[in-house]
Amino acid sequence: MYDFAYHRPKSLADAVSALKGKDEARPMAGGMTLIPTLKQRLAKPSDVIDLGAIKDLAGVKVEGSNVVIGAMTRHFDVASSADVKRMIPALAELAGMIGDPAVRNRGTIGGSIANSDPAADYPAAVVALNATITTNTGKHAADGFFKGLFETALKDGELITSVSFPKPDKAAYMKFRNPASRYAMVGVFVAKTGNTVRVAVTGAGPSVFRVKAMEDALSKNFTSAAIKDIKVPADDLNSDIHGSAEYRAHLVGVMARRAVDAANK
Amino acid sequence: MTISVAMTVNGKPVSGKVEARTLLVQFLREHLGMTGTHVGCDTSQCGACVVHVDGKSVKSCTMLAVQADGANVTTIEGLASSPDKLHPMQEAFRDNHALQCGFCTPGMVMSAIDMVKRHNYQLDEATVRHELEGNLCRCTGYHNIVKAILAAAPAMKAAGV
Ligand SMILES: Cc1cc2nc3c(=O)[nH]c(=O)nc-3n(C[C@H](O)[C@H](O)[C@H](O)COP(=O)(O)OP(=O)(O)OC[C@H]3O[C@@H](n4cnc5c(N)ncnc54)[C@H](O)[C@@H]3O)c2cc1C
Ligand code: FES
Ligand code: FES
Repeated sequence: MYDFAYHRPKSLADAVSALKGKDEARPMAGGMTLIPTLKQRLAKPSDVIDLGAIKDLAGVKVEGSNVVIGAMTRHFDVASSADVKRMIPALAELAGMIGDPAVRNRGTIGGSIANSDPAADYPAAVVALNATITTNTGKHAADGFFKGLFETALKDGELITSVSFPKPDKAAYMKFRNPASRYAMVGVFVAKTGNTVRVAVTGAGPSVFRVKAMEDALSKNFTSAAIKDIKVPADDLNSDIHGSAEYRAHLVGVMARRAVDAANK
Repeated sequence: MTISVAMTVNGKPVSGKVEARTLLVQFLREHLGMTGTHVGCDTSQCGACVVHVDGKSVKSCTMLAVQADGANVTTIEGLASSPDKLHPMQEAFRDNHALQCGFCTPGMVMSAIDMVKRHNYQLDEATVRHELEGNLCRCTGYHNIVKAILAAAPAMKAAGV
């Protein structure tokens, strides 16, 4: 690991000013992606701004029919939050499926979303639940936030402060795990709110994406039978030693049907 | 960048000067000479380095020493109440032959204690196997590790630890 200057601001304002004017400064949440990246010398930040001491960035609140989760809230705290379990149980379950217990004790929702790893779980929930991402400069809608492989709509120096998830009528997440890393080979989050259905897929492509054909079919008939013949093209999907693009395309159908069945339970 | 850190390790106050990039596990092993905590991988996956920071299991290879400034850290060296009295989890690992080479054992024991407490001393075999997803063992095939953890849960409860 290359050395860097370390900062541990106590407030968001101090974090924002610590990042200002330094092109090579990087915020750090739980470090669950950043530290492995630094260890491999894949990044060489001049400054690391640790967000861990900013108390108001962590915690879960209910605001009307929304669950608002602070950027620094650890996966363990989302998985075990009574509010999340009551309002959006599928989201608590998703958080409980990330990595392993030690990773869940450190990893955060803000870090996961900012990172936009193609195999990360939270992006599927953000997109399927049509969440709103709040930063120090404004708000981002879920659609359009995840731009591609490790790429988001965040500007340099922009920090996620919280993510607001509207409560759906029904939702479920199904994940086919890579047996070694436990990241998603394919994960599908399905959410139904009124007559609107959103289907978001992670793990399969360079970044999370929606499956319009499934959404249309499920809006008319929210059963797994309604999507049994819908195939996702393998063209742009990931192919690696863990699975071919065709295999991932197949898994999208299987996981989507299982998610609809689970949401209907 | 050199930074002073101070924390409590196994109940004793410790301090030292580290670089910003010094990992918690390096601080424990190389600065404090506490080599019970192991490093088994480069990818944050094996769990050999698990310690407790403020009561929660963390991978000390994936945390900076400066992030633990002011924290309460427990390592494998801090479990036994005296040189001849092991923690019930360590005792259960011994009784059940839950180690062979022993490389993964410190992390296994630390993760196992956190697991038992989080589940309020009540676990079944499936839960233990699932919860061990962040700890790799190349020797035992896990069966005896699972047995040891199931045996330790009531023993920990009885001992009040
Ligand atoms: C062994 C292992 C297994 C894992 N398995 C899974 C899995 O199954 N599923 C899954 O989804 N993830 C998995 N992860 C990743 C984990 O979920 C982490 O939460 C995720 O990597 C982000 O880490 P972090 O929150 O610690 O953020 P960091 O690593 O601290 O930061 C990640 C990136 O986000 C930026 N950042 C952090 N916070 C903010 C913010 N508030 N605003 C703007 N930018 C920010 C940082 O600069 C950095 O670029 C795994 C990780 C490990 C080590
Ligand atoms: S050494 Fe920390 S997870 Fe392998
Ligand atoms: S006992 Fe050898 S790695 Fe587990």
